Amino acid sequence: MLDTKEVKHIADLARLELSAAEEKNYGTQLAAILDYIDLLNEADTSSVAPTIQVGQLSNVWRSDEAVSWPEDEIEMSLNSSELEGRQIKVKRVL
Amino acid sequence: MEANRLTISEARRLLDSGELTATKLLEACLAQIEKADKRLRAVLTLNEAAARLAASRADERLAAGEKGSLLGIPYLAKDNLLTKGLRTTASSKILEKYVAPYNATVINKLDEAGAILLGKTNLDEFAHGGSTETSAFGPTHNPWDLTRVPGGSSGGSAAAVAADFCLFALGSDTGGSIRQPAAFCGVVGFKPAYGAVSRFGLISMTSSTDVIGPITKTVKDAALVYEVIAGADTKDANTYPGAREIGLKEDISGLRVGLPKEYYDDSLNPQIAASLEQAKNWLLAAGAVPVELSLPNTKYAIPAYYVITPSEISSNLARFDGVAWGYRSEGSGDLDHFYKKNRGFGFGPEAKRRIMLGTFSLSSGYYEAYYKKAQAVRTLINRDFADAFLECDILLVPTQPHPAFKLGEKNTDPLSMYLEDIYLTAPSLAGLPAISIPVGLMEKDGVDLPIGAQLIASLSNEGNLLSAAQALEARVAFMPLKFA
Repeated sequence: MLDTKEVKHIADLARLELSAAEEKNYGTQLAAILDYIDLLNEADTSSVAPTIQVGQLSNVWRSDEAVSWPEDEIEMSLNSSELEGRQIKVKRVL
Repeated sequence: MEANRLTISEARRLLDSGELTATKLLEACLAQIEKADKRLRAVLTLNEAAARLAASRADERLAAGEKGSLLGIPYLAKDNLLTKGLRTTASSKILEKYVAPYNATVINKLDEAGAILLGKTNLDEFAHGGSTETSAFGPTHNPWDLTRVPGGSSGGSAAAVAADFCLFALGSDTGGSIRQPAAFCGVVGFKPAYGAVSRFGLISMTSSTDVIGPITKTVKDAALVYEVIAGADTKDANTYPGAREIGLKEDISGLRVGLPKEYYDDSLNPQIAASLEQAKNWLLAAGAVPVELSLPNTKYAIPAYYVITPSEISSNLARFDGVAWGYRSEGSGDLDHFYKKNRGFGFGPEAKRRIMLGTFSLSSGYYEAYYKKAQAVRTLINRDFADAFLECDILLVPTQPHPAFKLGEKNTDPLSMYLEDIYLTAPSLAGLPAISIPVGLMEKDGVDLPIGAQLIASLSNEGNLLSAAQALEARVAFMPLKFA
């Protein structure tokens, strides 16, 4: 059901580098899982809306105000990145 | 006295009367971990120095006459909960060296209550699995039989509680990850209602079902921990202010116990079926009333769950790209190549499988047929429960289709591992509170293995749920393991 081309396409969308063995393996396994998932087609959902939220909650809002965050936590949150000042360096995009 | 074998309630009495100190209790737990974890491999990171400091602080608070349900009580936390200054790995290579800059809300709440964080427990990588075998750091072993899995994904937490490494542990439950390992290890696992406990600082897996909850030795202890960690949090917009005081009732007479026929079909192991029958009779002896009913869409719960969950995983795990934190590959290449290398190397096989499955079901041309269909089926599942709770107060069902399986028995066939969740995913999809408690043992290859029963309630009915669980627990009189 999932040929290597399709597996490569999904891996590309998911930004995953896969080995040839992984591609083959996932092709077989995902096909078996999707076959099982096809059971859903037996369920008549013509009269129901998809679930968006469980429980009693609706939107929870707060005012759009900056709140202070402990300085040491800000430092720590950046400590494993390549920094220039307080900006994170990334590889070139273009 | 081996203080580490106490329940929270027993330790509470001794700490308050001065017969036990938090420091002695902590040392007993550390000694047990030192002695036994080489065989179990439940603990990934120990927090010894900070725990000793916290214990002496708790002793000062106790000496000053302070009262608190968890003051001086040592616990372990699943390693997908962020702990400031203490490594958090999610059992993944991609976060092997990650140290979080802040605590999860539940960790802060327990800290304020005076509970003592002993360390972090093993799990399936990013909580993807039912056996801890997908952990990048190797599996945890079941203390009842070291050749078997402890269940998962909170397998390290369940094994640690069963082996008396701590008085309680935190787990997270997305589709059974607290309840199933609790059943496999013969302890109590409580999954609160969706939104009852803040998930701030929990590494996100499936945001529409993730819940943090306690793994304990008794139902009463589960209620004590829950009362501390529950409540609204401005840092998790899906929390609601729930009832914090559980108020366990001794008397459950008149409580209507629903027995959905779909959970008792031929696929259930006969010995587990017999244990469940006995559990039902115990509840009836306590005054409960049986109600036979049907949840007709039960068979769709696993396929719906294994569309919705991978979809949310593919989205939630997109943040692990190696830029700001986590594993990063060296060498040249453009940004796209850099992402692919980091993720391809950093994630293990099951995480990658779920990311692929989710990316597929959300991709152009398949979204309607898979993701949207699964969410519509979820509505049917939710309605089944809503209808059932018009006729009954709680549901009694199995937790597991069979006892703990052998290490390596299922990890080559992902679908058979997914089917482990057969009794667990429907309440998760509906966001309902559910608890597993041990109700018996069955012999397998000459070794006794625990059997769990699961109780499920409607969203705001945790009081009835835990009261029924406690009434059942009192009659079971389950003998806990004494892992030496």
